Amino acid sequence: MLKPNTTKGKLIVVEGIDGSGKSTQIDLLFKWLQSQGYSVFFSEWNSSPLVKSTTKAAKKEKSFTPTTFSILHCTDFADRWENSIYPLLKAGAIVLADRYVFTAFARDVARGVDPEWVRNMYSFAIKPDAVLYFRVPLEVAVERITAARASLKYYEAGMDLNLSENINESFKLFQGKILEQYDQMVDEFGLTLIDGTQPVKDQQKKVRALIKKILRGWEGLPNPNKPAGSARPAAETGGKS
Amino acid sequence: MKGANFYGAGFPYRDIQQLPGKLIVLEGTDGVGRSTQIKLLRRWLEDEGYAVSDTGLTRSTLTASGLEAAKSGHTLGPLTYSLFYLADFADRLENLIIPALQAGFIVLSDRYFYSVMARDAIRGVDKSWSRQLYGIALRPDLILYMKADVPVLAQRLIHGRGLNYWEAGMDLHLADNVYDSFLNYQTLLTKQFDELAQAYNFITVDANQNPDAIFEDLKAHILELLHNRLTKTKKPK
Repeated sequence: MLKPNTTKGKLIVVEGIDGSGKSTQIDLLFKWLQSQGYSVFFSEWNSSPLVKSTTKAAKKEKSFTPTTFSILHCTDFADRWENSIYPLLKAGAIVLADRYVFTAFARDVARGVDPEWVRNMYSFAIKPDAVLYFRVPLEVAVERITAARASLKYYEAGMDLNLSENINESFKLFQGKILEQYDQMVDEFGLTLIDGTQPVKDQQKKVRALIKKILRGWEGLPNPNKPAGSARPAAETGGKS
Repeated sequence: MKGANFYGAGFPYRDIQQLPGKLIVLEGTDGVGRSTQIKLLRRWLEDEGYAVSDTGLTRSTLTASGLEAAKSGHTLGPLTYSLFYLADFADRLENLIIPALQAGFIVLSDRYFYSVMARDAIRGVDKSWSRQLYGIALRPDLILYMKADVPVLAQRLIHGRGLNYWEAGMDLHLADNVYDSFLNYQTLLTKQFDELAQAYNFITVDANQNPDAIFEDLKAHILELLHNRLTKTKKPK
């Protein structure tokens, strides 16, 4: 379904519902890998400069159907894939993605789109070297999001599905459906579970241990801008410099 | 299942029952005269008392401006291009074509998704990937494929709106000038169309003829469809 990674690069992604703490963890991971002297890049869901304005307008006008929502998010992903993620992997970089195809599989299917259809749509993508799935109970995620935000947005609360007229209630019901989809994908795609209720520091320790294992013995694209005092010797400097 | 007839997945979150209208598609490469024929057909059908709606590629307001901006740059990759067109198609299908068919209209579609598939295939997009994606599409009641020889197309365009970058497939670097590129590109497209004609049961109409003769041929096929199956829907005053 997803293609095996035959590039020189490494692809590491974080997944989880809103409020699972995945962005905090990937940010820490990114900085750590940088400090280690790796060539590491970051790609965020829904951030293509070519597609962003279309998505933004449709959200504002509330003119998405579950299918067009699904397709435009894949269009956004495809642009980042063709212009950034794939070429960087070919070059031998580490690419970190905050949300990947599994976000679409969870959300779009929760919206009623055919599971096989959406899996086919993303089948040009590579199976990541690691998928870290930050799992938190629904109540914890909802609590974190409602505490941190003044108001919820229409689509993130799944208001288009008419689950409830109350936006907080709708958010909870919709996130519950998404959580269900994520849990079903653990075995299907071999997601690595991380307990998102643990202290941030403990989670990061686990994350780094996992990634260390993946990077052991691997030599990617050398980083000419390696920070001073970096723990890891750059690949091209064999001996003295 | 007595719902509407889709090629594949359709829209599982919607209950779409049988559609009383008729979906008629005009396909064919660039410069073959589709839009002229759509205009003629629309007038004729309305004179006959049918309610008619027409649609065509890139007309979705959801994607029109974004797609245009993307096409004018130089970073638009083949997958992104293909998915932008899919979004345009899905939006028009759900929000325009299906509601019109539900209301008993005849929908004239200036191209459907076959053109997009043909174009994508030349750019290396996986065919089975496209076929599955367009499983959301309704099966048209009639697909009329206007087929003309490539030199005829070139001649018409040169005397009409001129040869443009995308219609000549200039992004593929097939030739060092827009004329030769057009000939090469349209030949490749025609090959793809011939394949699609088999797979999707197109009815081929000879578009080398003059517009009046093409119109008569198209009319004959449409009349056959309507007399077999349609009860007339009078347009409200």
